[in-house]
Amino acid sequence: MTPETIDLDAAGVRALNRRLQGRDGPVAGGRFLVTNAKGRHALAVGLTESMDVRIRGHVGYYCAGMNREADVTVEGNAGTGVAENLMSGTVRVTGDTSQSAGASGRGGLLVIEGSASARCGITMKGIDIVVGGSIGHMSAFMAQAGRLVVCGDAGAYLGDSIYEAEIFVRGGVESLGADCVEKDMDERAADELQALLERAGVAADASGFRRYGSARQLYNFRVDNAAAY
Amino acid sequence: MSGDRPARSWASFPPHVISEIHRAADQGLYYIRGSGAWRSVPSFDDLVFLGASVSRYPLEGYRERCDTDVTIGARFASKPVELRIPITIAGMSFGALSANAKQALGLGASAMGTSTTTGDGGMTMEEREASQTLVYQVLPSRYGMDPDHLRLADAIEVVVGQGAKPGGGGMLLGQKVTERVAGMRTLPAGIDQRSACRHPDWTGPDDLTIKIQELREITNWEKPVYVKVGATRTQYDVALAVKAGADAVVVDGMQGGTAATQEVFIEDVGIPTLPAVRLAVDALKELGVHRQVQLIVSGGIRTGADVAKALALGADAVSIGMAALMALNCNAPLYLEDYEALGTRPGACNLCQTGRCPVGVTTQDPVLEARLDPEEGGRRVRNYLSTLTMECQTLARACGKSHVHNLEPEDLVALTVEAAAMARVPLAGTDWIPGRP
Repeated sequence: MTPETIDLDAAGVRALNRRLQGRDGPVAGGRFLVTNAKGRHALAVGLTESMDVRIRGHVGYYCAGMNREADVTVEGNAGTGVAENLMSGTVRVTGDTSQSAGASGRGGLLVIEGSASARCGITMKGIDIVVGGSIGHMSAFMAQAGRLVVCGDAGAYLGDSIYEAEIFVRGGVESLGADCVEKDMDERAADELQALLERAGVAADASGFRRYGSARQLYNFRVDNAAAY
Repeated sequence: MSGDRPARSWASFPPHVISEIHRAADQGLYYIRGSGAWRSVPSFDDLVFLGASVSRYPLEGYRERCDTDVTIGARFASKPVELRIPITIAGMSFGALSANAKQALGLGASAMGTSTTTGDGGMTMEEREASQTLVYQVLPSRYGMDPDHLRLADAIEVVVGQGAKPGGGGMLLGQKVTERVAGMRTLPAGIDQRSACRHPDWTGPDDLTIKIQELREITNWEKPVYVKVGATRTQYDVALAVKAGADAVVVDGMQGGTAATQEVFIEDVGIPTLPAVRLAVDALKELGVHRQVQLIVSGGIRTGADVAKALALGADAVSIGMAALMALNCNAPLYLEDYEALGTRPGACNLCQTGRCPVGVTTQDPVLEARLDPEEGGRRVRNYLSTLTMECQTLARACGKSHVHNLEPEDLVALTVEAAAMARVPLAGTDWIPGRP
């Protein structure tokens, strides 16, 4: 099926989102090619149906934010907050991403083939994020649920104030944040990680990763933890 | 020598300070509590209206119209919010409040043709069904953030801060994090739920501009977008919110309440609502958008007089939180033994954070919550809002105004030098406004 092409130079962001949100006609199962992204913000946001969207070029802030069901691919780099609050579906970025990738995502899968900047997976709430390269500082801050997988290195304060999310890092970790500790890579975790890597299309062996999560020491407010507040 | 003369009160160490030192020494942590600032600050109580007489004529109280409607969000939204009264219900979370309390607020507000607001943790369907007009908050924590709820809402409020804790996050203590609350927030039940002080995906006004664009794109540019700030550097914050594309700005003064925050924050951060109104209006006028971008003021609004004074100083609407809870019997002299068990009494209770609210408002305990019947609570909220509206109309008519928005600073004088300086109205009986030549 030949994709429907939307040239952002001609159509603009408003028309793109109206089309992809199904406000101007059916979209379920459709294929769309978006050209001339040119760093524009809020592209392909608030989608609610299953479709394939391919965006050619770099995108600005919040690309694919708050989507359900849709599969979005960015052929380039992405600005701040790509796939923020993603509910379901997939988002794939072939290049690098700026800060807060996948912020507060509640479901779905975000694949970053390059590296991600600071705060990757901040307050994540169920999303799975797989990063082919490295991630910046304060990633997975207050991460509540979901999995953050890093094939490269992680910056400082990884998983600070983490709740129930899981983090897997193949490379080095500059430092762990408050209440984040290394955990055993048990069989269940390894199997699930391997399945996630395969789903993300990343050729890596789960056995090469280390697993991190919450020590659950900050879950209730008490004087023994005062230094961590 | 002792006992032969009355004890002198100790200005530096009054009883509540001594008590707090003892508590801190015992526990080693700051004190967390609910409600707003309890210290005395310059307020709307320090202003009075100049009713009409010979130089101006009043409107007849029961015969001549004094309208109260307000439209919010027509700057960019294709479906602005239309309210019958300029008094809205502020954002308060399900979690901090019981489901019955949220439903009662919705029923009461809807009966009066005004809006309610969600809070941290997202939207409940009971709240949506009970509220004819519902504002959906986008908060730093993003607990329960759901694009479907964004689309179900009538307006969106991006919360940057609140008056009780500008610059601070929040804490819902574990005793209120039930299975349902935890499920909505994707957290384990029973743990303390921390709310961040900054949004996870934007910082500063330039980012906020793009965030608002995203919210508008997701909701087809239909919904008004409010930006809520705690009152501090109000003139700058309001200007930046306008620049970022807000349809309305909510300014929450330091008397504004909270469900649970460090007391040092509640009492020692932010400025009172009174000066904040003037600073906000200054910013809107400077940008030429006063009345185009609506100003909603909150923090310590309790009476129709407070409403009228806020409007006279330039607000388009007010928002109430604590007072609405009091309409639901917060601090009422009921279930006295339960107040006593908490170590407090009606009229002095600010223990929302415990989840043991004797009157079923700020609790998740099913037994306590059952003490608040949503229908009866809705009736009480409606009555209270109706009273505020009538009081506001009474004052407006007395000043000769056919719409409450026609009230103006010239209708007011101040009873104290401080209030005169902050509200920039003359000290009563003089033409002196401190700071003016």
